[in-house]
Amino acid sequence: MIRDLLKYLIMLVVLVLLQALILNNIQFSGYVNPYLYVLFILLLPFETPRYLLLFMGFFLGLFIDIFSNTPGIHASATTFLAFLRPFAIDLISSRDTIEVNTPPRLSFMGFGWFLRYTLMLVLAHHLFLFFVEVFTFEGFIYTLSRSLLSAAFTIVLVIISQFLIFKE
Amino acid sequence: MRSLLQFLARFHVFFLFLALEVISLILIVNYNNFQRVRFLNSSNQLSASVYEMSSNLTSYFQLKRINEELARENAELQTKLQKLQVLDIFSHADTSVISDTTYQFIPARIINNSVNKQHNYVTLNKGLLDGIEQDMGIIGPDGVVGVVTNVSKHYSSGPSILNRRWRVSAKIKKNNYFGSLYWNGNDPQYARLNEIPFHVELAVGDTIVTSGYSSIFPEGILIGVIDEFNHDSGANFYQINIRLSTNFKTISHVELVKNNFLEEQINLEEQNTDD
Repeated sequence: MIRDLLKYLIMLVVLVLLQALILNNIQFSGYVNPYLYVLFILLLPFETPRYLLLFMGFFLGLFIDIFSNTPGIHASATTFLAFLRPFAIDLISSRDTIEVNTPPRLSFMGFGWFLRYTLMLVLAHHLFLFFVEVFTFEGFIYTLSRSLLSAAFTIVLVIISQFLIFKE
Repeated sequence: MRSLLQFLARFHVFFLFLALEVISLILIVNYNNFQRVRFLNSSNQLSASVYEMSSNLTSYFQLKRINEELARENAELQTKLQKLQVLDIFSHADTSVISDTTYQFIPARIINNSVNKQHNYVTLNKGLLDGIEQDMGIIGPDGVVGVVTNVSKHYSSGPSILNRRWRVSAKIKKNNYFGSLYWNGNDPQYARLNEIPFHVELAVGDTIVTSGYSSIFPEGILIGVIDEFNHDSGANFYQINIRLSTNFKTISHVELVKNNFLEEQINLEEQNTDD
């Protein structure tokens, strides 16, 4: 229990620093920017209570906001992601796919499940984030393409992270 | 009452979600008030010291380019000095015009910067203890960079030109017509100049400099050159695209401009609006 807590804490610090110092400086063809920090919410255990999920989403977003001078923008998007997570899990898994004490990781859940899971949540998060950031539906196609490209980038990074670090 | 409580308990997750979203929205919408809350921006001690550590590391890889920049600036200053010395020989009159004390310059280093957001900010490694104050202009070797809005003990931060919330008063160098320059959120190399009427003669390549009216920047600091312009039918002003002279993707050393008479000017101008 304590070990798990420590593990998640380290993951939080590493992801926030990675996002603030490296990923925020990546500009593929101008404006495509991956937001890998959502991985933290994706990987929380299945048993995490929903209210805790929401709080963690909110404060994770707020951390990123503090580092990128955008109070509220990431916080709202990550809260939205945390709110959707249980519904996404219900949608793609039958009752017996989820075993107790297994975290939602690629190695436990299989590639197909994990890809669908990441695809849904990352897309929702990025669309929310980019539209809240510009705060207008003017230039809809431009914002849409920015969020889709960034989402694709993030999804690739999430999948790679599963093969590199969380192999076990 | 009881059924209300039951209702709340049953949908507590949804209500918590709504509450957190409302808090986020308030944060976003009241942004300008929250700028003053130091905790929430990157001049606060924790995030600024992390950024400085990272900047200390990466600055080694840019030493060559920075050297070139400094050498070039040095050369420009040398030529200016030469001209002044020539002046000095001819005039033994009062030199108060040359030693103008309105503006003072403080060198600083950019420790955090972005170009890919809609609202981009720079964080600098100088703060209150180095004499930095709010509303000081930030100037790079190639022209205007931004303005300081937040100051902590050792750091300061503020919007760069690449921030849709900030505008700067600019003019066309050759004929002194002035307008306001802003970024439209797309390309970090280009900005827009507004409020230039149709009868003004323009040409691609005309130099755009600060007007000096905002009292944040001295007059005549380079901003960029006209890249293209056109007038839409029905509009009153030209649509002018400016190619910015500063490359925000590589900028690292800047100078902060302090206007020693800023307060006096603002107080004087406030008397006008009181009437």
